[in-house]
Amino acid sequence: MARAVTTNRVVISTAAAWLCGFLIFFPILWMVLASFKTELEAFAIPPSFLFFHWTTENYATVQERSDYLLHALNSIIIAGGSTIIAMLIAIPAAWSMAFSPTKRTKDLLLWMLSTKMMPPVGVLVPIYLIYRDLGLLDTRVGLTFILCLGNLPIVVWMLFTYFKEIPKDILEAARMDGATIGRELIYVLTPMAVPGLASTLLLNLILAWNEAFWTLNLSTLQAAPLTVFIASYSSPEGLFWAKLSAASTLAIAPILVLGWFSQRQLVRGLTFGAVK
Amino acid sequence: MGQIALQGVQKSFGPVHIIKGADLDITDGSFVVFVGPSGCGKTTLLRLIAGLEDVTGGAILIDGRNVVDVPPAKRGLSMVFQSYALYPHMSVRGNIAFGLKMAGLPKAEINRKVEAAAATLNLTPYLERKPRELSGGQRQRVAIGRAIVREPKAFLFDEPLSNLDAALRVQMRLEVTRLQKQLATTAIYVTHDQVEAMTMADKIVVLNAGKIEQYGSPLDLYERPNNLFVAGFIGSPKMNFISGEAARQQGAPTIGVRPEHLKVERAGQGGWPGTVSVAEHLGSDTFLYVDAGQLGMLTARYIGELSLSPGDKVSLSPEPARIHRFDESGNAIHA
Repeated sequence: MARAVTTNRVVISTAAAWLCGFLIFFPILWMVLASFKTELEAFAIPPSFLFFHWTTENYATVQERSDYLLHALNSIIIAGGSTIIAMLIAIPAAWSMAFSPTKRTKDLLLWMLSTKMMPPVGVLVPIYLIYRDLGLLDTRVGLTFILCLGNLPIVVWMLFTYFKEIPKDILEAARMDGATIGRELIYVLTPMAVPGLASTLLLNLILAWNEAFWTLNLSTLQAAPLTVFIASYSSPEGLFWAKLSAASTLAIAPILVLGWFSQRQLVRGLTFGAVK
Repeated sequence: MGQIALQGVQKSFGPVHIIKGADLDITDGSFVVFVGPSGCGKTTLLRLIAGLEDVTGGAILIDGRNVVDVPPAKRGLSMVFQSYALYPHMSVRGNIAFGLKMAGLPKAEINRKVEAAAATLNLTPYLERKPRELSGGQRQRVAIGRAIVREPKAFLFDEPLSNLDAALRVQMRLEVTRLQKQLATTAIYVTHDQVEAMTMADKIVVLNAGKIEQYGSPLDLYERPNNLFVAGFIGSPKMNFISGEAARQQGAPTIGVRPEHLKVERAGQGGWPGTVSVAEHLGSDTFLYVDAGQLGMLTARYIGELSLSPGDKVSLSPEPARIHRFDESGNAIHA
């Protein structure tokens, strides 16, 4: 039975949705506000909300003290590189598992996912030692490699679910229509798979951009991405709330912009198979 | 030309035998329907002919040439899938043209053929639309358009109407039959619906558990079923089967009488006595489900309206010339 939707109900649920949205957004808003405060105002009690002395001095200090652009470049190279490599490995892997599965395909997928259940800190020491011996500590190559490995199971899973959604009938119809494997790939499969590839790529990029465990532990300066840059503001000299906020705002800005423009693909990617 | 012959075709998936040796001759231009309960192997048999599955044994001849090692596209057949299987990112035009494009035809010729096919199927106004913007019936017509535009030796239909609603199904049934007669192209059509089979086919293949039970014209199957399975599968409502003393009186272990060949009379007129348990009044017909004691439940069909209701006593007598007789192993005894 369809429920009657009254005006009241619409008003209440809209208000509730806005409230939830605001609650989730609030820490980010607070961080952005704090980044424009002086250090003193940043931890003043009671806190001032909008009426304080606005200043951009934190941003200047942050850029002066550490090289934002270097860290941003590192983030781009590490997140972008690990995403591209993960996609290159995952596409054929997911493809073969989706279209010519064997008896062990399900086990393999589960095993891949199970590696994500292990806490990364459990292998920190061995990985650290291996990286030290191979000279990969604080290198972009090393970080790209470890993030790629970390995200690979998720990428394979997402692509597998996506490819599974492509009906087999359509591929057979293309075969009946005389398409060779190559043409089937160009004219039928790729156009159908593009939305899935795009959302997987985006999500992986965001995960890699935000990854903090490995990047903090395996890099110091040369290859350090923005996560390390943020963390450097909680230092033995004390917590600098305003500068920390400025650094964080700078660090999340690029990915926030990317996320904003690709909302649709992201939502599609996160609700795989949930809706037809 | 579109003559198709199956010679001892077998198909197994591992230890499971799906098709246990099928022999069949399909003449050029005929409309053949594969019918049977689900899991009987009818779709597998169609896919073997299409080349989407490889045979385990036997030969498939198209116009006299064995095609078991020929890829699907080179067999000169086209297929209409149950799910339509349209390319979602292409327009109707793109969908219909795809096969011709793959065959490398010149653009002008492709356009001419696509437009001719669209005109035949009343799809001209929709040529630039995407499949998602079409109704179920229109999508089905696009799938058919994609099949006819290639001028194949034969059409293969895999339950193409099962996703449509009842009214549309009847209409599309007519359209498909008319189109096939107009093009005079061989067609093989798979369905589990015996009404579709009876109405569309020149010849019906009844399949059961991977075996061809009978191959013949619809009326042949209706009037002279080879065995109990075919007798029970063809005809709606189902044939009544009676065994025991009443059957032995007719000279066979089991006899079958179709509901339309049971005469319904007031109780006490001779024949088999029974009590009406359900009466379905359709106006044009009346279906009676009669509890006939030891004979079990019998179905009778009366043409026209018969005002009987549950609990009424009736007597049923079979038309003597329309009684089907079967031996112990279920095969028909032909006089």
